[in-house]
Amino acid sequence: MKTNDLILRTTTALIAFILLAFSIYLFLAGHNAPGGGFIGGLMTAAAIILMYMTYGLDTMNKVIPLNFKLLVPIGLLIATLTGVGSFVFDQPFLSQTYTYVHLPILGDAELATAMLFDLGVYLTVIGITLTIILSIADDN
Amino acid sequence: MIYAVFAPLVMTLLIPFFNKWKDKIHTGWFLLPIPLFIFLYFVQFIGEGFSPVAESYQWIPSLNISIDFYLDGLSLLFVLLISGIGTLVLLYSIYYLHKSERLGHFYIYLFIFMSSMLGVVLSDNVYVLYTFWEFTSISSFLLIGFWHYRERSRYGALKSMLITVFGGLSLFAGIVTLTYITGTTSIQEMINQKDIIIDSPLFPLILIFIILGAFTKSAQFPFHIWLPDAMEAPTPVSAYLHSATMVKAGIFLIARFSPILAGEPMFFIIVSLFGIITLCWGSYMAVRQTDLKGILAFSTISQLGMIMAMLGFGTKAAIFAAVFHILNHATFKGSLFMIAGIVDHETGSRDIRKLGGLMTFMPISATLALFGVFSMAGFPLPFLNGFYSKEMFFEASLHLDGYGGQFIPFFQQAIPYLAVFGSIFTFVYSMYFFFGTFRGEAKMGELPKKPHEAPIGMLISPFILVLGVILIGLFPNLVNGTFIAHSAEAIYGSAVEKDIYFWHGLTYPPLIMSIIVVVLGTLLALTRQKWAGIYTIFPRNLSFNEVYNYIVDKTETASTKITNKYMTGSLRHYVLYILIAILVVSGVVFFLTNGFAIDTSGLSTLKLSDVPDILVGLTMAIAAIGTIFTNNRLSAIIILGVVGYGLAILFVIYRAPDLALTQLIVETVTVAIFLLCFYHLPDLKKIKEKPSITLTNSIISIGFGALMTIIAISAHSSKWFEPISNYFLETSKPLGGGYNVVNVILVDMRGLDTLFEITVLGIAALAIYGMIKLRRDKEAK
Repeated sequence: MKTNDLILRTTTALIAFILLAFSIYLFLAGHNAPGGGFIGGLMTAAAIILMYMTYGLDTMNKVIPLNFKLLVPIGLLIATLTGVGSFVFDQPFLSQTYTYVHLPILGDAELATAMLFDLGVYLTVIGITLTIILSIADDN
Repeated sequence: MIYAVFAPLVMTLLIPFFNKWKDKIHTGWFLLPIPLFIFLYFVQFIGEGFSPVAESYQWIPSLNISIDFYLDGLSLLFVLLISGIGTLVLLYSIYYLHKSERLGHFYIYLFIFMSSMLGVVLSDNVYVLYTFWEFTSISSFLLIGFWHYRERSRYGALKSMLITVFGGLSLFAGIVTLTYITGTTSIQEMINQKDIIIDSPLFPLILIFIILGAFTKSAQFPFHIWLPDAMEAPTPVSAYLHSATMVKAGIFLIARFSPILAGEPMFFIIVSLFGIITLCWGSYMAVRQTDLKGILAFSTISQLGMIMAMLGFGTKAAIFAAVFHILNHATFKGSLFMIAGIVDHETGSRDIRKLGGLMTFMPISATLALFGVFSMAGFPLPFLNGFYSKEMFFEASLHLDGYGGQFIPFFQQAIPYLAVFGSIFTFVYSMYFFFGTFRGEAKMGELPKKPHEAPIGMLISPFILVLGVILIGLFPNLVNGTFIAHSAEAIYGSAVEKDIYFWHGLTYPPLIMSIIVVVLGTLLALTRQKWAGIYTIFPRNLSFNEVYNYIVDKTETASTKITNKYMTGSLRHYVLYILIAILVVSGVVFFLTNGFAIDTSGLSTLKLSDVPDILVGLTMAIAAIGTIFTNNRLSAIIILGVVGYGLAILFVIYRAPDLALTQLIVETVTVAIFLLCFYHLPDLKKIKEKPSITLTNSIISIGFGALMTIIAISAHSSKWFEPISNYFLETSKPLGGGYNVVNVILVDMRGLDTLFEITVLGIAALAIYGMIKLRRDKEAK
């Protein structure tokens, strides 16, 4: 018998998006405020897990047809490539730099190569957390 | 010279190809020229005006190790023995070993041995000598175990390996010490630095190390026990290795180092005492044997003891006699081994109780044996070389150099009596060997084969050796000036000129001793049946084989026991060992270096606003203690969560927002994973431990906690360097472009750490995934 969990589903629909938005904020704000790829990734993973808990594995596998295991190598690849990229500019491995660009609407914004590295961390952490928890949860 | 030494070794590479045709031509025929050429090459050095020859080849110059060959009289005597008897043994083995045997293996082992033995006697560099020395041990091991499907062969091979390698390693210690003192690796240069070595406080150590090496190799008491068991080897091997060459390597070693060591009272006592004991013990035990080769093995032991004793005496006459006897022993013992092999080969048995009356069947072998045996017994006849060296031995035992000390004069007086005692038994077992085999009644029924004379090819080698016995007996001075004198000079250090005569007159004491030996020996040999019962009284259980077996057994069982004791397979015990080790090592270092320090100056003062910290801290402490005492897994997980969240709060209080965030989320995730696993775990049972175990566990835990606390306090109290954090605070914005210093450090300044941390996490995730998936697949199967 399926329990009626309407309240949970409704609140999850709201909270999950807030969580996702907050996690992206944490990720983007990392360079200048508390946050960063690691916390952001964990938070995103938390949001996705909340959805899994509410809607069940089968539903979620339809909604997010994504193999989270793939995120681990992708993230690691991005992180490594940002390091290798510094060779192109004749710099040591993992040298970072930053610059300011003027964007049409947002005005002056800071762009740092460290952000790319953090993106790698972010994706890896999401992949890791979801792989671990889903493979344990999936196990009978 | 280097070609001569390495020729057999190079030849081993070709042996497998020769071996392909072994059905048509016996592999030995291809190899026979090698030792013969080596022999002929070295024969040209013989002569009155011989002077040492040196050759040098680089090997490891940076370690001062080069392949230096030094051919002096001593080396020459040995290389001639090795190559000469090697040729004869090879010839003999062609007839002895059947084509169905693994001939390739046999000759490869034999040639490795020949090369290494030549290397041992020619090397001037101690390390090269040691290398060859161990090669002789290894090839001897392979040869003894040649018939590896026999249990006794394997036992004998292992025993000889253990004992000789023990001695070899001791020799290694000796030469390392010698190089350390003298700074050279050349034996000749060490001899020049004799005074430095003798004055060194390490001298007794060197002496013991080298003597141990020589005694184990040369089967001296009490390391003689491997030699009788090595008789499981094919007879050509016994004749070659265990009578003429390898067992003389120890003799060679003592002779080689004599210019350094001899003349010291300690050297005299150890070498001659053990030599004499070996002489007596070996000849006493030989009479007890029933196996022909067993008799010869103990005979070899006893003769080696005699040579060793003479080297120990260190007088001019004794060293001359020793060198002479090395040559004589090689001739008659080699021939006797070959005849024992012939008897075995033609009758199918070596048991002297089954043999007898073979003279009519094997007249030639019997004649050859007759000469060998009487030479070995030292019978006073002018055509037996054994007599000369035995008489010289008696003479040497009567004229010893005086040494100080209380024990030595007594010992010196006892030596001639012991020598006569040993020689009487030598006479007895020699007669026993000959008459037991060739005279008396033939017991045809007990022999596996009908006895008949050996093929002529088999008889050539013992014939040549016996010819040597007679020739040296008839013209002893022929070998004297040409190379015995040179050998003795190499050992003694100065010229040794001596003529050998058969007749010294009736009142000459050594002759009287010889006559006593013959008379008493004949009496004892005739009445052997009556007194043979003495062997059931002594040694009975006092044999050194028992000691050896006891040691080997005990070592095995004791190490098994010890390993089983601490390798319990219980992780609890291993963790205990690790913790105790850390506790003891760190604690001792702390104590010794006086490392404990408390410095309160760097601490902040406690204020009213700190109350939350203390409360959080207290809660965490209580929760931590609570986990120890809870019996419920669920509550343990939740209480552990309290500690984690408390830590997050502390991070907030101590202004580490990134850490606090991470800690909060990680703690949540771990608690969630704990709860996921929780369903699969069995109930947590209250484990009833013995109070003593609980007590040790708590003592160690408390001790470990205390240690960590002390280390933390001390580390905090001693600030030796300016922290690097100021640099990060200053450069975070200008260099990294961010205000979040923690994040800038993580992704920019120390990005490599982060890269590998996420790699670690990735591996962990894949491992968990794999573990669960693979297990599921396995269950599906």
